[in-house]
Amino acid sequence: MRYLPLTDADRAEMLALIGAGSIDELFCDISPEFRLPGPIEGLPLHASEMAVERHMSRLAAKNLSAGQAPFFLGAGAYRHHIPATVDHLIQRGEFLTAYTPYQPEIAQGTLQVLFEFQTQVARLFGTDIANASMYDGSTACWEAIQMAGRITKRDRVVLSDGLHAHYVSVIEAMARFTADTIDTRSPALEAEPDTSKLVGSIDEETSCVVVQYPDILGRIPDLRAIAEAVHAQGALLIAVVTEPVALGLIEAPGNLGADIVVGEGQSLGVGLQFGGPYLGLFGCRQKFVRQMPGRICGQTVDAAGKRGFVLTLSTREQHIRREKATSNICTNSGLCALAFSIHMSLLGGEGLARLARINHARAQEMVRRLTAIAGVSCLNDVYFNEVTLVLPKPARDVLQALARRDVLGGVSLSRLYPGTSGLENAMLVTATETVSEEDIEAFASALEGVLA
Amino acid sequence: MSAPNPSGWQPSLGSMGSESVEPMTASGDRGLMLEEPLSFELGSAGKCGVDMDEPDEAPVSGLSSFLRECAPELPGLTEPEVIRHYSRLSRMNYGIDLGPFPLGSCTMKHNPRLNEKVARLPGFADIHPLQPHETVQGALDVIEQLADWLIRLTGMAAVAMSPKAGAHGELCGLLCIRAAHDAAGERRTVVLVPESAHGTNPATAAFAGYKVEAIPATPDGRVDLAALKEQLSADVAGVMITNPNTCGLLEREMKAIGDAVHAVGGYVYCDGANFNAIVGKLRPGDLGIDAMHINLHKTFSTPHGGGGPGSGPVVLSEALAPFAPLPFVTRVADGTLRLIEEGEAAEHAPESFGRMTAFHGQMGMFTRGLAYILSHGADGLKQVAEDAVLNANYVLRACEDLLDAPFAQSGPCMHEALFSDSSLPDGFSTLDIAKGLIDEGFHPMTVYFPLVVKGAMLVEPTETESKMGLDRFILSLRNVVQRAVNADESLHSAPVFAPRRRLDETQAARKPVLVWNGDRDG
Amino acid sequence: MSRYFTTDHEWVEVSGDAGTVGITDYAQGQLGDITFVELPAPGQAVNKGDSVAVVDSVKAASDVYTPVSGTVSEANSALEEAPELVNAEAESGGWLFRITVSNPGEIDGLMDETAYKAYIAEL
Repeated sequence: MRYLPLTDADRAEMLALIGAGSIDELFCDISPEFRLPGPIEGLPLHASEMAVERHMSRLAAKNLSAGQAPFFLGAGAYRHHIPATVDHLIQRGEFLTAYTPYQPEIAQGTLQVLFEFQTQVARLFGTDIANASMYDGSTACWEAIQMAGRITKRDRVVLSDGLHAHYVSVIEAMARFTADTIDTRSPALEAEPDTSKLVGSIDEETSCVVVQYPDILGRIPDLRAIAEAVHAQGALLIAVVTEPVALGLIEAPGNLGADIVVGEGQSLGVGLQFGGPYLGLFGCRQKFVRQMPGRICGQTVDAAGKRGFVLTLSTREQHIRREKATSNICTNSGLCALAFSIHMSLLGGEGLARLARINHARAQEMVRRLTAIAGVSCLNDVYFNEVTLVLPKPARDVLQALARRDVLGGVSLSRLYPGTSGLENAMLVTATETVSEEDIEAFASALEGVLA
Repeated sequence: MSAPNPSGWQPSLGSMGSESVEPMTASGDRGLMLEEPLSFELGSAGKCGVDMDEPDEAPVSGLSSFLRECAPELPGLTEPEVIRHYSRLSRMNYGIDLGPFPLGSCTMKHNPRLNEKVARLPGFADIHPLQPHETVQGALDVIEQLADWLIRLTGMAAVAMSPKAGAHGELCGLLCIRAAHDAAGERRTVVLVPESAHGTNPATAAFAGYKVEAIPATPDGRVDLAALKEQLSADVAGVMITNPNTCGLLEREMKAIGDAVHAVGGYVYCDGANFNAIVGKLRPGDLGIDAMHINLHKTFSTPHGGGGPGSGPVVLSEALAPFAPLPFVTRVADGTLRLIEEGEAAEHAPESFGRMTAFHGQMGMFTRGLAYILSHGADGLKQVAEDAVLNANYVLRACEDLLDAPFAQSGPCMHEALFSDSSLPDGFSTLDIAKGLIDEGFHPMTVYFPLVVKGAMLVEPTETESKMGLDRFILSLRNVVQRAVNADESLHSAPVFAPRRRLDETQAARKPVLVWNGDRDG
Repeated sequence: MSRYFTTDHEWVEVSGDAGTVGITDYAQGQLGDITFVELPAPGQAVNKGDSVAVVDSVKAASDVYTPVSGTVSEANSALEEAPELVNAEAESGGWLFRITVSNPGEIDGLMDETAYKAYIAEL
């Protein structure tokens, strides 16, 4: 077996030193009735690298990947071009095969990256501080709600109708066990988010209001107005960013009054990967730092006076605080944070702004072309790189028909909001910098064909 | 016995290194020991490492009232600068690629590169989680195949694949237990957890709404079955037991524990962080376990990446399977695979407790884990457990004369060997041993865990260390311990050969500096 | 005015119904460098034995249990900026909170200084 260095001679010599007659003696604490006599039956035996690669390649070939087709999906996971540098650097063994930096003297590489990552996230979000990552945007969102509850000592949570359906599902599943009250509704097909309705549902029991920005339908809510109303009731505003590239163009939520900003960092450096691993981003005001979940890296000095970095404020965390910890999270998304950070370093703030402008321009071009098709309209007045299209037919069927023509056209709202009537004919479509003019034309003509 | 030292090097502060002996350099670098500024100190506005094809002046008409006042204040770097920055930083890290990484309970084993290669196949890496099912049959098949292996290796009824890491898996398991009791109209309030447990166990139980009570241990380091039975009542929702436990011992009475818990209507959660010690040797399902997470980044070698991502599938018993989270993969009548999401839940999973994460879990870890499992096969996985246990026992027996091993008489250890600092002279502690090992060129073992052993040192070599590699580690560990036994005060200054000396964690926590503000100060 | 001690290493100094609570010098020595102190809000009603403050060191967070019942009247705001005061002056300037004592009889169950010294000598 190519991964196991011990030889039979080694094993015999080691058993002799230990004083065991056989390997079975080392497993003597397993009661004989449960000890498996040999390899589990019905399962294949070991395989060569070539054989495994062949098996996995065959499985991969059964998927239609985004690069093989005109591709317009978004809804919380976005396809952007990842520079080759990113994947090269994250595969350096010193990053890839390191553990959580519990021994800071020999983990300064990881720690300095985390410090840089936290700074990048805070500046992108317009928050004072950020942590070293969560699992993904949805779990970061739930952790933010929990944190708001600890700060405000209230337990009523108001979700804007523009929050991603799956994020709402996560919140509802978790809240069932924590007894938080969740105020939520499915979105209506309106050009603008209903700020007054949202504001009207905030009361003095409200711990926090959760607003996605841009929202699930691609609309952009007026965070500043919402923040004022939230703060007037002594509650906290949690902004959720599922497409961080948008923040190259539109104002950072922290600069508009959001108290906690969370997001999905997958857009930068991480890739689609069929949904994971992704990267939960988490930023907030400085004064809330001790209520934050997850790992945090901080700057300090070593015994010789040199600048260095350590994991800090650990008394919030499960390995010290146990049942009183701010979260149960341990392993987070370290390598994804590295990928995000490298991609962000390559772009810089101005590069990100330019990338965002290109995304927006592509989306405008896509909207122009698709809404020229009879019966197709765009819901949004304002959008970044994703819009809601309304079709003359059920969108889920249309998308399946498009897929048969090798076009990956979007995400139907009926998949995200099953059972909600009135959304069947709507779908989300996204254009990033990866979409070419030819892709848009291919999408449009396939859609014309399917709708004909 | 004092450790022989083939290099002839004698550790002492005087010879090592103060500025009087070594010349100062203008750069701060010392040969291949490199210093590196922050990226913010290197970059400048206006630089960019990404060329874009499009014209820069794109219309933004509709967004006018939402535009960002100024671009994020993040300097850009060109590609060669980025490559160099991160390559230099990487040199300040220790990784399993460089040597043994014997962190007990963390299972730092070799990360095969085939797994990295297959995970990057565009058919896996470049597919969207919400593509039509017809276009992702291969990806769903990966999840199905891995799920099947995990079920067979554990002897359980079902597996929930979506949890993102071990602690997320614990949450999944406890929420299944809560949902099962809810469905039966019961509201139980207590979860029993041994004091030796990972901190995630009580943190998770508290999150799931339970009061945590400690299970006493026997002097030999295992769960005290008689005491546990006393604690059981109709108010106990379940127990969380790590097996093999964090002292490195197999819980011999696991079946009896399960029977007793089941007798009062509770469920058994097993923390599967240490499954690597028993994979292919023992099926947890045979012991009456109801739920157990499996850390793909431990037992099945997916890389830890400096703190994640992990992946924590949870195997479930018949009793808990109906409550498993959404989404999950199932094979439908026409032979194709489908993802069961909210829209299909009423038909396929009416009792599911709901969704834990935005999409379907850690696909990038599933491909790696499956490649690892297929490479080993049923025979190789059994060998993995045997070699891991053999290596740990070898370390235990090679050091127990010099270092206190509190449970050395409790039977063979499993995949990790537990020592304590109780035999060291006054003034010397586990911390000194750990930092001394850094100077020897090794990553230290897990220290001060489990909490039940004062000054604990938990050594987990894993099966991917050669005998020669272990001998070198043992030599160094013995050397460092001998320095402590000899009351060598210079050990308190260790490490002196690492990129940094001991760091001031007090200052970091008292006056937290969590982001760079170098361009904003003054 | 007299000072009393608990087996959990808190001290309380009582004068009339006004109490001042802190952790002992022995306790701060055991904890090591204090990095943060989480203090109760004035006006908070507390019962003897409640966890009302938390003292953090780098690797531990220790609950502080109030030795007496009453209402918190003041928290030591100097500790917000300088938690190290607890290390330097645990039994004077590093006090944690003041409390209006509601049940002076509870003091009877506490140790005096001599008893506490004997107690820690045994640890």
